[in-house]
Amino acid sequence: MKANSTRGKLIVVEGIDGSGKSTQIDLLNKWLLSIGKSVYFSEWNSSDLVKSTTRLAKREHMFTPTTFSLLQCTDFTDRWENRIMPMLKAGAIVLADRYAFTAFARDVARGVDPQWVRTLYSFAIQPDLVLYFRVPLDVAVERITSARSKIKFYEAGMDLGLSDNKITSFRLFQQRIVDEYDHMVDEYQFTVIDGTQPVQAQQKTVRAIVKKQLQGWQGLLTPLEAVRRNTRQSKAIATGLPDTIEGEPS
Amino acid sequence: MTKARFFGAGFPYNPLEEYPGKLVVLEGTDGVGRSTQITLLRQWLEKEGFAVSDTGLRRSPMTQPGLDAAKLGHTLNSMTMSLFYATDFADRLENQIIPALKAGFLVLSDRYFYSIIARDIIRGADPEWARKIYGFALVPDLVLYLRTDIQHLVTRMVHGRGFNFWESGMDIRFADNLYDGFCLYQSNLIDQFDLMAKEFKFVPVDASQSVNQVFEELKKRIIKLII
Repeated sequence: MKANSTRGKLIVVEGIDGSGKSTQIDLLNKWLLSIGKSVYFSEWNSSDLVKSTTRLAKREHMFTPTTFSLLQCTDFTDRWENRIMPMLKAGAIVLADRYAFTAFARDVARGVDPQWVRTLYSFAIQPDLVLYFRVPLDVAVERITSARSKIKFYEAGMDLGLSDNKITSFRLFQQRIVDEYDHMVDEYQFTVIDGTQPVQAQQKTVRAIVKKQLQGWQGLLTPLEAVRRNTRQSKAIATGLPDTIEGEPS
Repeated sequence: MTKARFFGAGFPYNPLEEYPGKLVVLEGTDGVGRSTQITLLRQWLEKEGFAVSDTGLRRSPMTQPGLDAAKLGHTLNSMTMSLFYATDFADRLENQIIPALKAGFLVLSDRYFYSIIARDIIRGADPEWARKIYGFALVPDLVLYLRTDIQHLVTRMVHGRGFNFWESGMDIRFADNLYDGFCLYQSNLIDQFDLMAKEFKFVPVDASQSVNQVFEELKKRIIKLII
């Protein structure tokens, strides 16, 4: 993957269903906003362009591993071209709940060629930070089955015919995904987070890692911050004082 | 039986070794007479006792509604469009073309992925990336390339369905009017097809001849394949 050459920062979370990554990125998002950062949040499979097609194909069980992979990549590309890339260029922090690695893990677990799916996403950049939430399978299954009434057909990998039982199929499918993720830890420099820790403890770790990543980096100012600085600068000019803005911690 | 060959990895989870049918593709720019010829070929082949299945771009029941809506809104960027069309193509290949080939049908495909990548590349897609998407695609048994020049295409459009937004590439604004847009856009497409003709071993057929002459030439090529 190409390195990030934009002004922005790209931070992504990865992990199997029930690993707690969405909870963590949501908390991270709120924290970054509260400390005055320009943040854009993007979620896997959320492009309006593809939504109706995905819904139709899921309802009618029309997907094959290849069309599943291609349609999710279409979704990603739409978000990439219209949202993620422009936001990064503008200097925002882009938070992504799942990224190309989800495709590398899930689509390969479904049986597509690993090299082929990597080529599809070859335009995507290596994030500045990949937070991988690792949990034992039992913990994930327990969280998913207790929190939600029903595991969905494709989530359980029912299209693969691994088992007629949804829970069994889910376990077998997620195990394959975990195996793929584990291969990627070194390949794509994942930072592994222990997803069995209490939510608050994990968030503390996450914030510390992100803080370190953002050290010395000046992204796009929020409108409020921009106005505040402008006002101070005008005052400084008016009173003939030297400009003290540069190098000031944000 | 034809031995199945793929441009890349194919469908590893559902391998195809060989098939009794034939895959014949008609390629060429807009307005070159592909659909007329497909209708004639189908009638002829069915009279000869061949089971024929035909297919064309944007006909997958899975992606058609979504693609049509996206086209109406002109909201597609180049890579997004490439992949959306690739989804349509893969769906038809796996669920329509390959099953028909396994059942011994002669499949007539109105265009293949070549048309899609020609359009992608003109819209700025990386030529190598665009090709590699189709690593899952089956190598056709025969690709008939209906080729003609711009002047001839213009004549056909003026005396046929007229110029339209997409066939003039107006989404990428080659020109400020449909006529100039058509000439520039279709010339670019012809260049891309000519490049691919060598790379993918298309059989060129001069489409500036009469409908019947073209039909006879296509028949000759197909007969060689099926006897």
